[in-house]
Amino acid sequence: MDVLDLARWQFGITTVVHFFFVPFTISMAFLVAIMQSVWMRTKSERWLRLTKFFGKLLLINLAVGVVTGLVQEFQFGMNWSDFSRFVGDVFGAPLAMEALLAFYLESVFVGVWIFGWGRIPPKIHLATIWVTAFGTLLSAYFILAANSFMQNPVGYEIDEEAGRAELTDIWAVLTNKVLLITFPHTIFAAFMVGGGVVAAVAMWHLVRGARNPEDASPGRPSDAGAFRTALRIGAVAVLVGGIGVVITGDTQGKVMTEVQPMKMAAAEALYETEQPAPFSLFTVGTLDGSEALYSIEIPQLLSFLGTGSFEGQVEGINDLQAQYEQTYGPADYSPNVPVTYWTFRMMITMGGLAGLIALWQLWATRRGRVPTSPWALRITAVLPLLPLAGNAFGWIFTEMGRQPWLVFGLMRTESGISPSTSGTTVFVSLAAFTVLYAGLTWLWVHLLLKYARPGLPDVTPIGGDASKDDEDDDADADKPLSFAY
Amino acid sequence: MELSTLWFLLIAVLWTGYLALEGFDFGVGLLTRRFARDDTERRVLINTIGPVWDGNEVWVITAVGATFAAFPEWYSTAWSAYYLPLLLILLALIGRGLAFEYRAKGDTDSWRRRWDLVIFAGSAVPAFVWGVILAGFVQGLPLDAGHDFVGGWADLVTPYTLLGGVVTLALALLHGAHYVALKTVGDIRVRARRLAGRLAVPVVVVLAWFLGWTLLRDDTPSWPAAAGALVAVTAVAAGATATGRGREGWAFVATFAAVAGTAVALFAALFPEVLPSTLDAADGLTTANASSSDYTLTVMTWVAVPFVPVVLIYQSWVYWMFRKRIGVQHIS
Ligand code: HDD
Ligand code: HEM
Ligand code: HEM
Repeated sequence: MDVLDLARWQFGITTVVHFFFVPFTISMAFLVAIMQSVWMRTKSERWLRLTKFFGKLLLINLAVGVVTGLVQEFQFGMNWSDFSRFVGDVFGAPLAMEALLAFYLESVFVGVWIFGWGRIPPKIHLATIWVTAFGTLLSAYFILAANSFMQNPVGYEIDEEAGRAELTDIWAVLTNKVLLITFPHTIFAAFMVGGGVVAAVAMWHLVRGARNPEDASPGRPSDAGAFRTALRIGAVAVLVGGIGVVITGDTQGKVMTEVQPMKMAAAEALYETEQPAPFSLFTVGTLDGSEALYSIEIPQLLSFLGTGSFEGQVEGINDLQAQYEQTYGPADYSPNVPVTYWTFRMMITMGGLAGLIALWQLWATRRGRVPTSPWALRITAVLPLLPLAGNAFGWIFTEMGRQPWLVFGLMRTESGISPSTSGTTVFVSLAAFTVLYAGLTWLWVHLLLKYARPGLPDVTPIGGDASKDDEDDDADADKPLSFAY
Repeated sequence: MELSTLWFLLIAVLWTGYLALEGFDFGVGLLTRRFARDDTERRVLINTIGPVWDGNEVWVITAVGATFAAFPEWYSTAWSAYYLPLLLILLALIGRGLAFEYRAKGDTDSWRRRWDLVIFAGSAVPAFVWGVILAGFVQGLPLDAGHDFVGGWADLVTPYTLLGGVVTLALALLHGAHYVALKTVGDIRVRARRLAGRLAVPVVVVLAWFLGWTLLRDDTPSWPAAAGALVAVTAVAAGATATGRGREGWAFVATFAAVAGTAVALFAALFPEVLPSTLDAADGLTTANASSSDYTLTVMTWVAVPFVPVVLIYQSWVYWMFRKRIGVQHIS
């Protein structure tokens, strides 16, 4: 492996792992904010307990999300310095805006939220979690603006003398048509993750409680009721997210066919231009352009996905390759077709399965019912993993499908790496990150399970009845920190 | 003023904010080892920075992001040159961030002991290595005509840059001790004060040595660099006096000023270069040849001018809100 491969692996691994935590943070911040708002309105204890319970899970996740994000920012300069030189003038702006406008909000206000339980006026405390949630959205917007520039460069011109792209229109970058559709798609996909976690944890507790009634802790009659509510919230979030990704994904397909037709062709392993083009559901074969051994196709669907018309023409890899050679000179312009083909399908499949499980959950718990078969537990155990995997596949598809370009049409991936960095250096850091990230992912799962298992916390002794707290400084001067470290 | 000069100033401000804010929470991390006598005391220390450390860390994210946006060439060259030192910093900050959140979430003593070690190392490493890197900017690196680093370890780690690391580490420790004295009650407070008193002299010595060396690197040191250095050294001395009189708030302000003065001295000594080349002066990076286009700088200025103050306001509000001292009685 040379420096390029090592740097690519490092970027791929660190980014995909960062993106396990990102959708969890984004969606869970909103779900917890909603729970806390309902508690403030209804003053019903069950909502407070739900808020604290899922709030803990949010914090466990946020910690890993934050620390892995730091790596992302540094990596552009460490491994991809020629890329940073080339696009920094354009690309740095959204990144800096993300830090200034979003990261301060998130980090400062989540700190207030954690330590503010029972210490600051409840309304302000509620506001802090909403601000945090809003911060995650802003952050997603800006970073996706940077990424969308790489997919579809806009608002720049090339300065030949300086050898770089220079920003000419920030507004174009912030309203890139790829961004406008990628942002909602990513956010909806994120809600499938948080919803999946909430629904799965709630279902697990409900089913367990119903299976071994003697285990259910005495004196907490409202647990089952609270988990039932949580289950509905979670399942609905998965379904809304699922419908959202389908609708936005459809538009993304059209935008992609327009700006990166090669990616669409590779996603379908479509070698020859076809009109109308079928959508391939499944293929057994090599995907190298030779005849497939076995495949299932839906006639005309790809035409619709790519162009909006069942009769539309979708260009194939071979024709695009010829066109690109004319424009950019001789080289191979197709991405890794099996990877793009399968990741695209897996993204959709994983999300679809998650949606089906959420539907089943709603049905199985209708009107006070609780399923008690062991399958009910097993199915829900995979629920959070499915959208998480869907998100990862989506990104691998998006990024690998862009290859060989790093910035589409402007810079190839191999031109972006740091000329001065040795393979040994990158190898050391790749090894360090791989080990560390494996460890922290393990830890993340371990702690999430550990804190999800015991069920809802008692709220009376710790934290007190926060709703009664006022701004009286002396009243709480000596009471223990309730939610702190 | 040139926009690139303005952005140099702003980046210097962001670094100053980072060193002054995260500086004390690094210091608190350093104190968790020998200074804290038991687990409860360690928790008191950690909780003094609990609500704020993450917000403090964003200062470096913003400083680096702003460098990327305003001086892509500086960011690219420096970040690829300092690859392994930055890797160390990342590993340390990852561990530290996790440790704060996770140390209380296990059940065994050995779990907590391990995370405590991570907090200590995770505070010591960046407090030291950032100093090495910032001093390295002043010292310069062997850069070729393409602005790429062509040296090795010996160019990154020199007596001067090592001393820079010692200075940022020492300042963080002293700053942290002042912060702890200000934020706690009881025995910890008394001990923190005593520790700060004992640290003052050694800190003044290394600081004066390093800043003197920094000024002497230039044939004609710039006056802001000299002023920063003077403020820094005086402030440490003033801080010691304040501690002696039991004025903990003033002592903390003093080390805040000392860190800020040090940062000012470094960035003023650097200006108008941002990363000189030790091979051929013409290959070095300056605010002029490393900066983004005027359009980008203008856009960024429009974002920074309103929002930097907003951030300052709400971050200060948080400090004010959590202004109360804490002690062992608050730990359940
Ligand atoms: C769609 C959303 C999204 C995407 C694509 C990325 N991130 Fe991220 N990032 C977030 C959404 C997010 C977040 C939800 O805002 C996080 C997760 C946990 C957190 O606190 O904020 C975060 C944290 C986070 C942090 C730490 C912030 C802090 O201390 O509060 C940094 C420095 C980055 N990210 C940088 C990046 C970079 C350089 C990326 C590109 C490769 C990237 N992120 C991809
Ligand atoms: C925002 C700025 C981003 C930049 C500058 C960027 C750049 C890159 C680079 C340089 C690579 C390595 C080259 C390659 O192998 O393809 C890469 C790969 C990858 N990126 Fe992005 N990316 C960005 C955002 C993201 C985001 C937000 C994700 C989502 C989590 C993501 C997911 C991936 C994946 C999965 C790969 C692996 C593909 C591979 O290893 O080849 N990227 N990206
Ligand atoms: C019918 C369903 C879906 C369709 C048609 C669809 C379509 C797409 C397309 C075309 C892209 C690539 C955009 C580009 O590279 O320009 C994409 C990316 C992505 N997809 Fe999907 N998708 C669907 C479902 C899902 C599901 C269920 C998830 C997650 C649970 C998901 C998560 C993602 C993510 C995270 C990305 C990368 C970010 C982005 O480019 O938006 N998608 N999707």
